[in-house]
Amino acid sequence: MQHLVATHPRRRWFSLSPPNTKPSRVGVFFLTGVRIGLAVLALGGLGSGPLALAQEPPAPPWERTRELIRMVRQDCGSCHGLTLRGGLGPALLPETLRDKPPAGLKYTILLGRSGTAMPPWKPFLSEAEADWIVAQLLRGFPEEPK
Amino acid sequence: MMMPRILLFWWWVLLAPWPLLVWSADPTLRGTGDLGVIIERSVGRALIVNTSSNSIINRVDGLGDLSHASVVFSRDQRYAYVFGRDGGLSKVDLLRGTLEKRVIQGGNSIGGAISQDGRLVAVANYDPGGLKVFAADTLEPVADIPAAYGDGKLSKVVGIVDLPGDRFIYSLFDADQIWIVDLRDPKSPKVEKFSNIGKAPYDGLVTPDSRYYLAGLFGEDGIALLDAWQPQQGVQRILANYGRGEEKLPVYKMPHLRGWAVAGHQVYLPAIGRHEVLVADTIHWKETARIPVRGQPVFVVARPDGRQVWVNFAFPDNGFVQVIDTLSGQIVQTLEPGKAVLHLEFTPRGEAVWISARDDNKVLVYDTADFNKLAELPAESPSGIFFTSRAHRIGF
Repeated sequence: MQHLVATHPRRRWFSLSPPNTKPSRVGVFFLTGVRIGLAVLALGGLGSGPLALAQEPPAPPWERTRELIRMVRQDCGSCHGLTLRGGLGPALLPETLRDKPPAGLKYTILLGRSGTAMPPWKPFLSEAEADWIVAQLLRGFPEEPK
Repeated sequence: MMMPRILLFWWWVLLAPWPLLVWSADPTLRGTGDLGVIIERSVGRALIVNTSSNSIINRVDGLGDLSHASVVFSRDQRYAYVFGRDGGLSKVDLLRGTLEKRVIQGGNSIGGAISQDGRLVAVANYDPGGLKVFAADTLEPVADIPAAYGDGKLSKVVGIVDLPGDRFIYSLFDADQIWIVDLRDPKSPKVEKFSNIGKAPYDGLVTPDSRYYLAGLFGEDGIALLDAWQPQQGVQRILANYGRGEEKLPVYKMPHLRGWAVAGHQVYLPAIGRHEVLVADTIHWKETARIPVRGQPVFVVARPDGRQVWVNFAFPDNGFVQVIDTLSGQIVQTLEPGKAVLHLEFTPRGEAVWISARDDNKVLVYDTADFNKLAELPAESPSGIFFTSRAHRIGF
Protein backbone atom coordinates (compact mmCIF):
# COMPACT_ATOMS: atom_id res chain seq x y z
CA MET A 1 0.00 0.00 0.00
CA GLN A 2 2.69 2.41 0.99
CA HIS A 3 4.74 1.49 -2.05
CA LEU A 4 1.75 2.20 -4.22
CA VAL A 5 1.37 5.66 -2.75
CA ALA A 6 5.04 6.44 -2.94
CA THR A 7 5.12 5.80 -6.65
CA HIS A 8 1.74 7.24 -7.42
CA PRO A 9 2.09 10.02 -9.99
CA ARG A 10 -0.13 12.36 -7.98
CA ARG A 11 1.72 11.66 -4.79
CA ARG A 12 2.79 15.26 -4.23
CA TRP A 13 -0.75 16.47 -3.90
CA PHE A 14 -1.45 14.12 -1.07
CA SER A 15 1.85 13.68 0.66
CA LEU A 16 2.56 16.05 3.49
CA SER A 17 6.27 15.33 3.34
CA PRO A 18 8.60 17.78 1.59
CA PRO A 19 9.96 16.71 -1.74
CA ASN A 20 13.70 15.97 -1.64
CA THR A 21 14.09 15.88 2.11
CA LYS A 22 14.49 12.91 4.33
CA PRO A 23 11.76 12.75 6.94
CA SER A 24 13.02 12.78 10.50
CA ARG A 25 13.11 9.54 12.46
CA VAL A 26 10.28 10.79 14.68
CA GLY A 27 8.24 11.90 11.70
CA VAL A 28 8.42 8.60 9.85
CA PHE A 29 5.77 6.86 11.90
CA PHE A 30 3.38 9.77 11.54
CA LEU A 31 4.12 10.20 7.85
CA THR A 32 3.47 6.56 7.21
CA GLY A 33 0.12 6.92 8.91
CA VAL A 34 -0.71 10.04 6.94
CA ARG A 35 0.31 8.43 3.66
CA ILE A 36 -1.82 5.40 4.29
CA GLY A 37 -4.70 7.62 5.34
CA LEU A 38 -4.29 9.82 2.30
CA ALA A 39 -3.96 6.80 0.06
CA VAL A 40 -7.35 5.65 1.27
CA LEU A 41 -8.71 9.13 0.59
CA ALA A 42 -7.11 9.15 -2.83
CA LEU A 43 -8.43 5.75 -3.80
CA GLY A 44 -11.88 6.68 -2.55
CA GLY A 45 -11.74 9.97 -4.41
CA LEU A 46 -10.44 8.54 -7.68
CA GLY A 47 -13.56 6.49 -8.09
CA SER A 48 -15.86 9.49 -7.75
CA GLY A 49 -14.01 12.05 -9.85
CA PRO A 50 -10.41 12.12 -10.98
CA LEU A 51 -10.92 15.56 -12.53
CA ALA A 52 -11.67 17.15 -9.19
CA LEU A 53 -8.46 15.66 -7.88
CA ALA A 54 -6.48 17.05 -10.75
CA GLN A 55 -7.55 20.55 -9.69
CA GLU A 56 -6.30 20.14 -6.12
CA PRO A 57 -4.07 23.05 -5.18
CA PRO A 58 -0.51 21.88 -4.51
CA ALA A 59 0.51 21.50 -0.89
CA PRO A 60 2.99 24.07 0.41
CA PRO A 61 6.41 22.79 1.57
CA TRP A 62 6.25 20.42 4.53
CA GLU A 63 7.38 22.86 7.21
CA ARG A 64 4.90 25.45 6.04
CA THR A 65 2.16 22.83 5.80
CA ARG A 66 2.74 22.00 9.44
CA GLU A 67 2.50 25.68 10.34
CA LEU A 68 -0.72 26.08 8.36
CA ILE A 69 -2.32 23.03 9.97
CA ARG A 70 -1.37 24.38 13.38
CA MET A 71 -2.62 27.86 12.53
CA VAL A 72 -6.01 26.59 11.35
CA ARG A 73 -6.45 24.18 14.26
CA GLN A 74 -5.23 26.56 16.97
CA ASP A 75 -5.76 30.15 15.82
CA CYS A 76 -8.84 29.69 13.63
CA GLY A 77 -9.81 27.19 16.31
CA SER A 78 -10.03 29.89 18.96
CA CYS A 79 -13.32 30.97 17.35
CA HIS A 80 -14.28 27.96 15.21
CA GLY A 81 -13.17 25.29 17.74
CA LEU A 82 -10.14 22.98 17.61
CA THR A 83 -12.37 20.36 16.05
CA LEU A 84 -13.74 23.07 13.72
CA ARG A 85 -17.26 22.25 14.89
CA GLY A 86 -17.89 25.92 15.58
CA GLY A 87 -17.79 28.36 18.47
CA LEU A 88 -18.25 32.09 18.20
CA GLY A 89 -17.64 31.46 14.50
CA PRO A 90 -19.52 28.86 12.45
CA ALA A 91 -18.48 25.23 11.97
CA LEU A 92 -15.87 24.62 9.25
CA LEU A 93 -16.71 21.01 8.47
CA PRO A 94 -17.07 19.55 4.96
CA GLU A 95 -20.83 19.18 5.41
CA THR A 96 -21.29 22.81 6.47
CA LEU A 97 -19.05 24.21 3.72
CA ARG A 98 -20.06 21.92 0.86
CA ASP A 99 -22.60 24.31 -0.66
CA LYS A 100 -20.36 27.34 -0.51
CA PRO A 101 -18.20 28.27 -3.53
CA PRO A 102 -14.50 27.68 -2.79
CA ALA A 103 -13.54 31.11 -4.14
CA GLY A 104 -15.88 32.73 -1.63
CA LEU A 105 -14.33 30.72 1.19
CA LYS A 106 -10.85 31.70 0.04
CA TYR A 107 -11.67 35.41 0.04
CA THR A 108 -13.42 35.14 3.39
CA ILE A 109 -10.16 33.76 4.77
CA LEU A 110 -7.98 36.36 3.08
CA LEU A 111 -10.14 39.45 3.48
CA GLY A 112 -12.34 38.63 6.46
CA ARG A 113 -16.05 39.51 6.64
CA SER A 114 -16.92 43.02 7.63
CA GLY A 115 -19.66 43.31 10.20
CA THR A 116 -18.61 40.01 11.77
CA ALA A 117 -15.73 38.90 14.01
CA MET A 118 -13.91 37.25 11.05
CA PRO A 119 -10.60 39.07 10.52
CA PRO A 120 -8.56 39.12 7.30
CA TRP A 121 -5.71 36.58 7.34
CA LYS A 122 -4.02 38.07 4.27
CA PRO A 123 -1.03 39.36 6.27
CA PHE A 124 -0.15 35.76 7.17
CA LEU A 125 -1.21 33.76 4.10
CA SER A 126 -0.57 33.71 0.35
CA GLU A 127 -3.46 33.14 -2.05
CA ALA A 128 -2.11 29.68 -2.88
CA GLU A 129 -2.00 28.80 0.81
CA ALA A 130 -5.59 29.98 1.24
CA ASP A 131 -6.58 27.78 -1.72
CA TRP A 132 -4.87 24.83 -0.09
CA ILE A 133 -6.62 25.49 3.25
CA VAL A 134 -10.03 25.69 1.54
CA ALA A 135 -9.38 22.39 -0.26
CA GLN A 136 -8.41 20.71 3.01
CA LEU A 137 -11.44 22.13 4.84
CA LEU A 138 -13.74 20.81 2.13
CA ARG A 139 -12.41 17.29 2.50
CA GLY A 140 -11.97 17.33 6.27
CA PHE A 141 -9.04 19.24 7.72
CA PRO A 142 -5.95 17.21 8.72
CA GLU A 143 -5.12 16.72 12.39
CA GLU A 144 -1.98 18.23 13.80
CA PRO A 145 0.99 15.86 13.75
CA LYS A 146 2.06 14.81 17.24
CA MET B 1 19.86 -22.48 66.48
CA MET B 2 17.94 -22.19 63.19
CA MET B 3 14.56 -21.47 64.74
CA PRO B 4 15.05 -17.86 65.64
CA ARG B 5 16.36 -17.20 62.16
CA ILE B 6 13.27 -18.78 60.57
CA LEU B 7 11.03 -16.85 62.89
CA LEU B 8 12.87 -13.71 61.98
CA PHE B 9 12.36 -14.52 58.30
CA TRP B 10 8.61 -14.95 58.70
CA TRP B 11 8.43 -11.86 60.85
CA TRP B 12 9.93 -9.86 57.98
CA VAL B 13 7.64 -11.44 55.39
CA LEU B 14 4.36 -11.30 57.27
CA LEU B 15 4.49 -8.64 59.92
CA ALA B 16 6.99 -6.01 58.96
CA PRO B 17 4.99 -4.69 55.93
CA TRP B 18 1.88 -4.08 58.02
CA PRO B 19 2.58 -0.48 58.93
CA LEU B 20 3.19 0.24 55.26
CA LEU B 21 -0.12 -1.33 54.25
CA VAL B 22 -2.02 0.52 56.93
CA TRP B 23 -0.34 3.77 55.95
CA SER B 24 -1.18 3.40 52.29
CA ALA B 25 -4.82 2.67 53.09
CA ASP B 26 -5.02 5.95 54.98
CA PRO B 27 -3.81 8.67 52.60
CA THR B 28 -2.10 11.73 53.93
CA LEU B 29 -4.60 14.43 54.83
CA ARG B 30 -4.30 17.65 52.89
CA GLY B 31 -6.21 20.80 52.02
CA THR B 32 -6.98 22.07 48.53
CA GLY B 33 -6.39 25.82 48.92
CA ASP B 34 -3.10 25.69 47.05
CA LEU B 35 -4.33 23.46 44.23
CA GLY B 36 -5.44 24.32 40.74
CA VAL B 37 -6.23 23.01 37.30
CA ILE B 38 -4.43 23.49 33.99
CA ILE B 39 -6.29 22.64 30.79
CA GLU B 40 -4.41 20.67 28.14
CA ARG B 41 -6.66 21.78 25.32
CA SER B 42 -5.70 19.43 22.52
CA VAL B 43 -5.96 16.21 24.53
CA GLY B 44 -9.01 16.90 26.66
CA ARG B 45 -7.13 16.55 29.90
CA ALA B 46 -6.80 18.56 33.10
CA LEU B 47 -3.60 18.69 35.12
CA ILE B 48 -4.05 19.11 38.84
CA VAL B 49 -1.28 21.32 40.17
CA ASN B 50 0.08 22.44 43.51
CA THR B 51 1.10 26.09 43.77
CA SER B 52 3.13 25.59 46.96
CA SER B 53 5.47 23.03 45.43
CA ASN B 54 5.10 24.27 41.82
CA SER B 55 4.33 20.78 40.64
CA ILE B 56 1.83 18.63 38.77
CA ILE B 57 0.21 16.19 41.19
CA ASN B 58 -2.33 14.44 38.98
CA ARG B 59 -3.87 14.14 35.53
CA VAL B 60 -7.53 13.70 34.69
CA ASP B 61 -8.45 12.49 31.20
CA GLY B 62 -11.68 12.24 29.30
CA LEU B 63 -12.92 15.82 29.50
CA GLY B 64 -13.82 16.03 25.79
CA ASP B 65 -13.17 18.95 23.46
CA LEU B 66 -11.42 21.63 25.50
CA SER B 67 -10.47 23.96 22.64
CA HIS B 68 -12.24 26.55 24.74
CA ALA B 69 -12.59 25.72 28.40
CA SER B 70 -13.27 27.44 31.65
CA VAL B 71 -13.45 26.27 35.25
CA VAL B 72 -15.25 27.18 38.47
CA PHE B 73 -14.73 25.60 41.89
CA SER B 74 -17.01 24.26 44.60
CA ARG B 75 -17.01 26.35 47.75
CA ASP B 76 -15.14 23.62 49.65
CA GLN B 77 -12.46 23.92 46.94
CA ARG B 78 -12.51 20.18 46.39
CA TYR B 79 -14.26 19.99 43.03
CA ALA B 80 -13.52 21.71 39.73
CA TYR B 81 -16.36 22.13 37.26
CA VAL B 82 -14.92 22.19 33.75
CA PHE B 83 -16.95 23.71 30.91
CA GLY B 84 -15.82 22.35 27.54
CA ARG B 85 -16.35 23.46 23.98
CA ASP B 86 -18.43 20.38 23.16
CA GLY B 87 -21.07 21.27 25.72
CA GLY B 88 -19.54 18.93 28.27
CA LEU B 89 -19.79 19.78 31.97
CA SER B 90 -17.31 17.74 34.01
CA LYS B 91 -16.93 17.54 37.76
CA VAL B 92 -13.36 16.75 38.78
CA ASP B 93 -12.32 15.65 42.26
CA LEU B 94 -9.04 17.45 42.98
CA LEU B 95 -8.18 15.26 45.98
CA ARG B 96 -8.74 11.91 44.32
CA GLY B 97 -7.66 13.12 40.88
CA THR B 98 -10.72 11.58 39.27
CA LEU B 99 -13.52 12.55 36.94
CA GLU B 100 -16.49 12.25 39.26
CA LYS B 101 -19.24 12.98 36.74
CA ARG B 102 -19.64 14.31 33.23
CA VAL B 103 -22.73 15.38 31.31
CA ILE B 104 -23.10 16.66 27.76
CA GLN B 105 -25.56 19.44 28.37
CA GLY B 106 -25.47 21.33 25.07
CA GLY B 107 -23.86 21.37 21.66
CA ASN B 108 -21.35 24.12 22.18
CA SER B 109 -20.64 26.05 25.35
CA ILE B 110 -18.41 28.93 26.32
CA GLY B 111 -18.27 28.97 30.10
CA GLY B 112 -20.20 29.01 33.30
CA ALA B 113 -20.55 30.19 36.84
CA ILE B 114 -21.37 28.85 40.29
CA SER B 115 -23.99 30.38 42.55
CA GLN B 116 -23.22 32.30 45.74
CA ASP B 117 -24.27 29.36 47.93
CA GLY B 118 -22.39 26.89 45.74
CA ARG B 119 -25.47 24.80 44.99
CA LEU B 120 -26.08 25.71 41.35
CA VAL B 121 -23.77 25.55 38.36
CA ALA B 122 -24.92 27.54 35.32
CA VAL B 123 -23.56 26.92 31.83
CA ALA B 124 -23.61 29.55 29.07
CA ASN B 125 -24.21 27.96 25.69
CA TYR B 126 -23.62 29.08 22.14
CA ASP B 127 -25.62 26.20 20.75
CA PRO B 128 -28.44 25.95 21.59
CA GLY B 129 -28.12 29.57 22.70
CA GLY B 130 -29.10 29.92 26.32
CA LEU B 131 -28.40 29.07 29.91
CA LYS B 132 -28.65 25.66 31.54
CA VAL B 133 -28.49 25.24 35.28
CA PHE B 134 -27.44 22.13 37.20
CA ALA B 135 -27.29 20.97 40.79
CA ALA B 136 -23.65 21.28 41.80
CA ASP B 137 -23.58 18.00 43.72
CA THR B 138 -25.27 15.66 41.23
CA LEU B 139 -25.13 17.62 37.93
CA GLU B 140 -28.86 16.92 37.56
CA PRO B 141 -30.57 19.57 35.39
CA VAL B 142 -32.42 22.22 37.36
CA ALA B 143 -33.41 24.92 34.85
CA ASP B 144 -33.21 25.69 31.14
CA ILE B 145 -33.46 29.29 29.97
CA PRO B 146 -33.20 29.68 26.18
CA ALA B 147 -31.78 33.05 25.10
CA ALA B 148 -34.68 33.77 22.75
CA TYR B 149 -34.94 37.15 21.09
CA GLY B 150 -36.65 38.75 18.09
CA ASP B 151 -38.87 36.22 16.36
CA GLY B 152 -37.71 33.26 18.41
CA LYS B 153 -34.05 33.12 17.39
CA LEU B 154 -31.56 31.98 20.02
CA SER B 155 -28.54 34.09 20.87
CA LYS B 156 -25.11 32.91 21.89
CA VAL B 157 -24.62 33.59 25.59
CA VAL B 158 -21.37 35.18 26.83
CA GLY B 159 -19.94 36.83 29.92
CA ILE B 160 -21.80 34.88 32.61
CA VAL B 161 -20.98 35.66 36.24
CA ASP B 162 -22.68 35.08 39.57
CA LEU B 163 -24.53 37.73 41.53
CA PRO B 164 -25.54 37.42 45.18
CA GLY B 165 -28.83 35.65 45.88
CA ASP B 166 -28.69 32.72 43.45
CA ARG B 167 -28.64 35.09 40.50
CA PHE B 168 -26.57 35.04 37.34
CA ILE B 169 -25.94 37.89 34.93
CA TYR B 170 -24.89 37.41 31.31
CA SER B 171 -24.93 38.94 27.84
CA LEU B 172 -26.50 37.89 24.55
CA PHE B 173 -23.92 38.25 21.77
CA ASP B 174 -26.43 38.20 18.91
CA ALA B 175 -29.23 40.11 20.62
CA ASP B 176 -27.34 43.04 22.21
CA GLN B 177 -28.95 42.32 25.57
CA ILE B 178 -28.00 41.72 29.20
CA TRP B 179 -30.11 39.31 31.27
CA ILE B 180 -30.26 38.77 35.02
CA VAL B 181 -31.80 35.47 36.03
CA ASP B 182 -32.99 34.88 39.59
CA LEU B 183 -32.98 31.19 40.56
CA ARG B 184 -34.06 31.43 44.14
CA ASP B 185 -36.96 29.27 43.02
CA PRO B 186 -35.24 27.16 40.34
CA LYS B 187 -38.59 25.80 39.09
CA SER B 188 -39.69 29.25 38.01
CA PRO B 189 -36.64 31.38 37.17
CA LYS B 190 -37.27 35.11 37.00
CA VAL B 191 -35.52 36.87 34.12
CA GLU B 192 -34.89 40.59 33.89
CA LYS B 193 -33.83 41.77 30.42
CA PHE B 194 -31.98 44.87 29.29
CA SER B 195 -32.06 45.64 25.56
CA ASN B 196 -29.98 47.77 23.20
CA ILE B 197 -27.00 47.63 25.50
CA GLY B 198 -24.54 48.06 22.58
CA LYS B 199 -23.47 46.02 19.59
CA ALA B 200 -22.22 42.46 20.04
CA PRO B 201 -21.21 42.06 23.70
CA TYR B 202 -18.33 39.55 23.69
CA ASP B 203 -17.67 38.98 27.40
CA GLY B 204 -18.52 40.42 30.78
CA LEU B 205 -17.33 40.88 34.34
CA VAL B 206 -18.66 41.91 37.70
CA THR B 207 -16.64 44.08 40.05
CA PRO B 208 -15.42 42.28 43.20
CA ASP B 209 -18.16 43.94 45.29
CA SER B 210 -20.76 42.44 42.89
CA ARG B 211 -22.13 45.89 42.17
CA TYR B 212 -21.22 46.72 38.57
CA TYR B 213 -21.55 44.41 35.57
CA LEU B 214 -19.49 45.42 32.55
CA ALA B 215 -20.02 43.96 29.10
CA GLY B 216 -17.27 44.55 26.55
CA LEU B 217 -18.60 45.36 23.09
CA PHE B 218 -17.14 43.92 19.94
CA GLY B 219 -19.38 45.75 17.47
CA GLU B 220 -18.63 49.24 18.69
CA ASP B 221 -16.18 51.19 20.83
CA GLY B 222 -17.33 51.19 24.41
CA ILE B 223 -18.38 49.16 27.42
CA ALA B 224 -21.94 48.58 28.67
CA LEU B 225 -22.26 49.20 32.41
CA LEU B 226 -25.12 48.02 34.63
CA ASP B 227 -25.38 48.88 38.33
CA ALA B 228 -26.62 45.54 39.68
CA TRP B 229 -27.53 47.19 42.96
CA GLN B 230 -29.88 49.55 41.11
CA PRO B 231 -30.70 47.76 37.88
CA GLN B 232 -33.79 49.94 37.40
CA GLN B 233 -31.41 52.73 36.40
CA GLY B 234 -30.66 50.77 33.24
CA VAL B 235 -27.53 50.26 31.18
CA GLN B 236 -25.18 53.14 30.54
CA ARG B 237 -22.25 53.38 28.15
CA ILE B 238 -18.72 54.04 29.34
CA LEU B 239 -15.49 54.58 27.42
CA ALA B 240 -17.65 55.38 24.39
CA ASN B 241 -15.82 56.02 21.16
CA TYR B 242 -12.44 55.05 22.64
CA GLY B 243 -11.22 54.35 19.12
CA ARG B 244 -11.80 58.02 18.21
CA GLY B 245 -13.27 56.93 14.88
CA GLU B 246 -9.98 55.38 13.75
CA GLU B 247 -10.12 52.13 11.78
CA LYS B 248 -9.68 49.28 14.20
CA LEU B 249 -7.09 46.58 13.62
CA PRO B 250 -8.25 43.09 12.72
CA VAL B 251 -8.94 41.06 15.87
CA TYR B 252 -7.40 37.58 15.80
CA LYS B 253 -8.55 36.60 19.27
CA MET B 254 -11.41 37.81 21.42
CA PRO B 255 -10.31 39.36 24.71
CA HIS B 256 -11.56 37.89 27.99
CA LEU B 257 -13.01 39.81 30.92
CA ARG B 258 -13.36 38.89 34.59
CA GLY B 259 -13.28 40.65 37.94
CA TRP B 260 -9.49 40.59 37.82
CA ALA B 261 -9.76 43.77 35.70
CA VAL B 262 -10.25 45.80 38.87
CA ALA B 263 -7.17 47.06 40.70
CA GLY B 264 -7.92 49.39 43.61
CA HIS B 265 -10.39 52.00 42.33
CA GLN B 266 -9.43 51.57 38.69
CA VAL B 267 -10.51 49.08 36.04
CA TYR B 268 -8.08 47.96 33.31
CA LEU B 269 -9.71 46.79 30.10
CA PRO B 270 -8.48 45.50 26.74
CA ALA B 271 -9.21 47.83 23.82
CA ILE B 272 -10.72 45.95 20.87
CA GLY B 273 -8.64 46.28 17.72
CA ARG B 274 -6.08 48.56 19.37
CA HIS B 275 -2.72 48.07 21.03
CA GLU B 276 -3.97 49.67 24.21
CA VAL B 277 -5.19 48.98 27.72
CA LEU B 278 -8.00 51.33 28.71
CA VAL B 279 -8.18 52.58 32.29
CA ALA B 280 -11.30 53.99 33.97
CA ASP B 281 -12.10 54.87 37.57
CA THR B 282 -14.72 52.70 39.27
CA ILE B 283 -16.56 55.61 40.92
CA HIS B 284 -17.41 57.91 38.03
CA TRP B 285 -16.52 55.40 35.28
CA LYS B 286 -14.57 58.00 33.30
CA GLU B 287 -11.47 57.19 31.27
CA THR B 288 -8.40 58.06 33.32
CA ALA B 289 -5.63 56.72 31.08
CA ARG B 290 -4.83 54.54 28.12
CA ILE B 291 -1.62 52.57 28.14
CA PRO B 292 0.07 51.64 24.84
CA VAL B 293 1.10 47.97 24.86
CA ARG B 294 2.88 45.43 22.62
CA GLY B 295 -0.20 44.08 20.83
CA GLN B 296 -3.95 43.59 21.17
CA PRO B 297 -4.62 42.60 24.77
CA VAL B 298 -6.48 39.34 25.48
CA PHE B 299 -6.16 38.96 29.26
CA VAL B 300 -5.59 42.08 31.35
CA VAL B 301 -5.23 40.73 34.87
CA ALA B 302 -4.51 42.59 38.10
CA ARG B 303 -2.30 40.92 40.66
CA PRO B 304 -4.54 40.24 43.69
CA ASP B 305 -3.08 43.24 45.55
CA GLY B 306 -3.72 45.49 42.54
CA ARG B 307 -0.16 46.81 42.38
CA GLN B 308 0.57 45.24 38.99
CA VAL B 309 -1.50 44.44 35.92
CA TRP B 310 -0.25 41.69 33.60
CA VAL B 311 -1.25 41.61 29.94
CA ASN B 312 -1.00 38.98 27.21
CA PHE B 313 -1.78 39.45 23.54
CA ALA B 314 -3.56 38.11 20.49
CA PHE B 315 -1.82 36.47 17.54
CA PRO B 316 0.68 37.50 16.18
CA ASP B 317 2.04 39.15 19.37
CA ASN B 318 1.16 36.17 21.55
CA GLY B 319 4.75 35.46 22.56
CA PHE B 320 4.85 38.49 24.86
CA VAL B 321 3.61 39.37 28.32
CA GLN B 322 3.81 42.90 29.69
CA VAL B 323 3.53 44.19 33.23
CA ILE B 324 1.96 47.54 34.07
CA ASP B 325 2.85 49.22 37.36
CA THR B 326 -0.44 50.68 38.57
CA LEU B 327 1.19 53.49 40.54
CA SER B 328 3.05 54.98 37.61
CA GLY B 329 0.80 53.66 34.83
CA GLN B 330 3.96 52.56 32.99
CA ILE B 331 5.05 49.23 31.59
CA VAL B 332 7.81 48.00 33.87
CA GLN B 333 8.54 44.62 32.31
CA THR B 334 8.21 42.81 29.00
CA LEU B 335 8.62 39.05 29.13
CA GLU B 336 8.82 36.43 26.40
CA PRO B 337 7.75 33.33 28.31
CA GLY B 338 7.28 31.14 25.23
CA LYS B 339 5.34 30.62 22.03
CA ALA B 340 1.61 31.33 22.04
CA VAL B 341 0.94 32.52 25.57
CA LEU B 342 -2.73 31.77 26.14
CA HIS B 343 -3.44 32.52 29.78
CA LEU B 344 -2.03 33.60 33.11
CA GLU B 345 -3.19 33.09 36.68
CA PHE B 346 -1.88 34.47 39.97
CA THR B 347 -1.38 32.40 43.08
CA PRO B 348 -3.96 33.31 45.74
CA ARG B 349 -2.02 36.27 47.11
CA GLY B 350 -0.04 37.00 43.99
CA GLU B 351 3.60 36.27 44.85
CA ALA B 352 3.81 34.17 41.70
CA VAL B 353 2.07 33.99 38.34
CA TRP B 354 1.60 30.91 36.17
CA ILE B 355 1.71 31.42 32.41
CA SER B 356 0.76 28.88 29.73
CA ALA B 357 2.80 28.77 26.51
CA ARG B 358 0.74 26.57 24.19
CA ASP B 359 3.21 26.06 21.34
CA ASP B 360 6.16 25.40 23.66
CA ASN B 361 4.12 22.81 25.57
CA LYS B 362 4.98 24.26 28.93
CA VAL B 363 3.69 26.30 31.83
CA LEU B 364 6.04 28.82 33.41
CA VAL B 365 5.96 30.15 36.93
CA TYR B 366 7.35 33.64 37.57
CA ASP B 367 8.09 35.52 40.75
CA THR B 368 6.02 38.71 40.45
CA ALA B 369 8.42 40.77 42.59
CA ASP B 370 11.63 40.28 40.59
CA PHE B 371 10.26 38.58 37.42
CA ASN B 372 12.60 35.60 37.81
CA LYS B 373 11.43 32.28 36.51
CA LEU B 374 10.71 29.92 39.40
CA ALA B 375 9.65 26.78 37.58
CA GLU B 376 8.82 25.28 34.24
CA LEU B 377 6.27 22.46 33.95
CA PRO B 378 5.65 20.29 30.88
CA ALA B 379 2.08 20.34 29.57
CA GLU B 380 0.55 19.43 26.23
CA SER B 381 -0.83 22.55 24.48
CA PRO B 382 -1.68 24.18 27.82
CA SER B 383 -4.41 26.83 27.80
CA GLY B 384 -6.43 27.94 30.82
CA ILE B 385 -4.99 27.94 34.34
CA PHE B 386 -7.43 28.07 37.26
CA PHE B 387 -6.58 28.08 40.96
CA THR B 388 -8.99 27.09 43.73
CA SER B 389 -8.77 30.58 45.26
CA ARG B 390 -11.41 31.48 42.65
CA ALA B 391 -13.91 29.51 44.75
CA HIS B 392 -14.22 32.40 47.18
CA ARG B 393 -14.23 35.32 44.78
CA ILE B 394 -17.51 36.83 43.58
CA GLY B 395 -17.66 36.77 39.80
CA PHE B 396 -15.34 33.78 39.30
